[in-house]
Amino acid sequence: MPNVSVTINGRKLDVREGVTILEAARSAGIEIPTLCYHPDISIAGNCRMCVVEVEGWRTLPAACVTPVTPNMTIMTNSPRVRRARRSTLQLLLASHNSNCPECERNGNCELQDLAEQHNITVNPFQTDEKPSSIEEASPGVMRDNSKCIMCTRCVRTCEELQSVAVIKPVGRSKDVTIGTFMEKGLNGVPCTQCGQCINRCPTGALFEKSEVEEVWEAIEDPEKFVVVQTAPATRVGIAEALGLPTGRNTGQMVAALKRLGFNRVLDTDFTADLTIMEEGFELIHRLKKALVEGDKDVHLPMMTSCSPGWVKFIEHKYPQLLPNVSTCKSPQQMFGALAKTYLADKEDVDPANVVSVSMMPCTAKKFEKERDEMRDSGYQDVDYVLTVREVARMIRDMDIDFENLPEEKYDRWMGQSSGAAIIFGATGGVMEAALRTAYEVVTGQEVPFEGLNIEPVRGMQGVREAAITMPDDMAEGFEFLAGATLKVAVAHGLANARKVMDKVAAGEADYHFIEIMACPGGCLGGGGQPIPTDADIRQARARAIYDEDAHLPLRKSHENPEIQALYAEFLKEPLGHKSHELLHTHYHKRED
Amino acid sequence: MAEEKRVMLGQEGAETGSALRKALSLKPADVAFEVREAKLLGRGGAGFPTGVKWVLAGGASGERKYIICNADEGEPGTFKDRVLLDEYTEKILEGMAIAGHAIDADTGIIYLRAEYPYLIPRIMEARQNLIDRGLLGENIGGTDFSFDIEIRPGAGAYVCGEETSLMESMEGRRGEPRNKPPFPTNQGFLGMPTVINNVETFAAIPHIVLEGAEWYQALGRGENSGTKLFSVSGDVENPGVYELPLGSSVCELLELAGGKDTQAVQVGGASGATIGPDELDRCMSFADLPPGGSVIVFDRSRDMLDVLENFMEFFVHESCGQCTPCREGNMRLLDVIADLKAGRIESMKQLKPYFQLAETMKLGSKCGLGQTSSNCFVDIVSKFVDLPDDVKGDA
Repeated sequence: MPNVSVTINGRKLDVREGVTILEAARSAGIEIPTLCYHPDISIAGNCRMCVVEVEGWRTLPAACVTPVTPNMTIMTNSPRVRRARRSTLQLLLASHNSNCPECERNGNCELQDLAEQHNITVNPFQTDEKPSSIEEASPGVMRDNSKCIMCTRCVRTCEELQSVAVIKPVGRSKDVTIGTFMEKGLNGVPCTQCGQCINRCPTGALFEKSEVEEVWEAIEDPEKFVVVQTAPATRVGIAEALGLPTGRNTGQMVAALKRLGFNRVLDTDFTADLTIMEEGFELIHRLKKALVEGDKDVHLPMMTSCSPGWVKFIEHKYPQLLPNVSTCKSPQQMFGALAKTYLADKEDVDPANVVSVSMMPCTAKKFEKERDEMRDSGYQDVDYVLTVREVARMIRDMDIDFENLPEEKYDRWMGQSSGAAIIFGATGGVMEAALRTAYEVVTGQEVPFEGLNIEPVRGMQGVREAAITMPDDMAEGFEFLAGATLKVAVAHGLANARKVMDKVAAGEADYHFIEIMACPGGCLGGGGQPIPTDADIRQARARAIYDEDAHLPLRKSHENPEIQALYAEFLKEPLGHKSHELLHTHYHKRED
Repeated sequence: MAEEKRVMLGQEGAETGSALRKALSLKPADVAFEVREAKLLGRGGAGFPTGVKWVLAGGASGERKYIICNADEGEPGTFKDRVLLDEYTEKILEGMAIAGHAIDADTGIIYLRAEYPYLIPRIMEARQNLIDRGLLGENIGGTDFSFDIEIRPGAGAYVCGEETSLMESMEGRRGEPRNKPPFPTNQGFLGMPTVINNVETFAAIPHIVLEGAEWYQALGRGENSGTKLFSVSGDVENPGVYELPLGSSVCELLELAGGKDTQAVQVGGASGATIGPDELDRCMSFADLPPGGSVIVFDRSRDMLDVLENFMEFFVHESCGQCTPCREGNMRLLDVIADLKAGRIESMKQLKPYFQLAETMKLGSKCGLGQTSSNCFVDIVSKFVDLPDDVKGDA
């Protein structure tokens, strides 16, 4: 595209033809306030905060949606713009439940920031209080329409990124609300509980169902043995949630959790390694049945089952493909099942007194822990799920100086992990981890990628494909795979998952193994991660994750000594009797 | 009842089909050029040059193109399109077919106001007549040109008279305005190049094609081209639909319709301008008082705050709720009207934030609805409400 010349606030700029006024201004460091704009989704142009004055135009166009034209003269802070922006903000605030101290997003709210920045201290339109109207039906995602400013970022997120589309504007004019079909609430519609809407809400209209108080009560109860597991992507999210730059903060996170009073701080990465063992062997088992025994009932491609938003999605939208989903429980649920069996035994505590808490980058995990399938320990396997944001709130509440904490290590039995487990937090990571182990199991050799980094499955492209051809020389018992080419696909974000599922359902895909993560970027972009999110933020988290992997002495799940001990002492073998009892399950078609 | 004057439509016209046959003998682009030369401005109220639309859509590329007749006549006080569809049905269908030829579209769709279902048989009968006479359907007049017309009834939302909301509605979505660009001439209905014109605009087309651009231009007053229909209602002896030269003055129309003791006239409907008795010599033209189609006359027995409240209630009901200034603004204006009526406002100074709000709505709203709904507030409060400390808006 050729460049065009425009003038913004008296400055002459050369910008690419076709860019919006907002893009042109921001490229020159000129800030224009926005609310309904979000770089991850389509442009709505409905909040009208970003209006600007264009010479010769009758009205003030929205900068986010208006392309520049040659020689356009734009003013972003003329008197008319300043006044329009001010009235618009006043209107939004007058209809908003402005009880900021009681809001989840106090201190991290785009509306609050704009009100402060534009000095809205008096509001002539503020007539009455707007009481909360909280919809509590859903286990993960909560809504309070009294704080909604109708920017529709959640609507566009749900439809465009997730192809779920369960929330829409309902009614019109002053009565318009974001609603669900027939007002059934998020729990009565095929919401996946992924929480991506929360991550893009500019205010506190969407938030997770908090379990902070329940966890404090458990910690304070001397009878209880409270263990916490930390999901792979939480360690690259926690610093952001505390207002620090993105980084690798595993040691500080462990130290902080110990200071909160958890009896044991353990790692979901341990059960991520376990998942690789179980899922890797499941894949090999399925391949063997299909290729050697010619079993027509074997369902390929096999699909990952770690992401509970994805599992709920396929239960709603592609139930015919459920047999393709790995029977492995997610790492969170494997951990939960072991916490009240294996760990309770090791620690010599009554499993009835074990309170199993998880720290997750996810809101769908709150839903997953409530599932009927997740009680194989004889108890509810996971009692409470905290998002990264909730844990950050607890750390702040305890006045912990996170930044300067000395690093500490995870506790034993279920605290050790490999780099393969950490990369579960990034899209493609489960695939990479599985390949590192499965390839070595069947060939007796390491995967043929420099530094064990399987680059073809990494990255942020929505759908990625890769193929690995097996050597002729295979490990004993796996000769049937000699020379075979294993085809895999990776998708993140449910809209991308849908593309892959459509191909599979139509019989047009020849993959053997598919990794799906519900959230854009994988768990590092999960619905329980710090707000805000965008491509750069997710990229920074991904870098931190792969860095952590590269720096660990252990890179492959099967080399994890605690995993080896778990098999030797408790499970005996992958896919064995005990595994089936505790670590595997089946999912079912879901009507609502 | 005195006869409703019809300057152009009332003339003894040529037989239906003669304009279409003539158009088909011309190159499509030449038909569009002729309409552009005629300086016909869109009769829905916005006044965009029709010929320019046609030339743009004619030059746009798309798998298909569409002609849409906007018959979602919803402006309070407007009923001219209903009369046109009832009395001049074939002329409108012919105008649509001519537009189809001009931009190479084979489908015309009439988006019909939800309250006008009784017109459907009338329109479909006219369509059948034209098909029977070879003026609609396949290979019209033995040429390559095929064109048919269908009806899509609206669902009662005022905002769907806004062209992009109308298309959203036709595509099965919420009736909400789209961002522009892209403009409908490039990406309209189903993403295809689309010409959307008002009923009255299509009614003028056969006349322009038959009599020529110059003839049509000369029908107007001064700089204005052609004629305009006015739906006159309110405190007049002879309400009805009048067709006068565009640029006629309000008092000319009042004389015809029999307005007495007039306190105020609202030209262009609830979203138009409200003028007082000292402004009756102003012209109804796109340069002065934009003539949507509605002319509502109020005599001195009317309380203009009641009138204002009524209009604002209408807008509060009809805003689509998408953009902030319109969704939240109309409601706040209605609140302050209640305060005014109850005597809670003592000075113009107290109204200053509301005049500022009215300006924000006018400048910052996404579509024509929000950009015009505060007009009645500004006009009526500044012209008809007597309060001290006169602080005018629109500073």
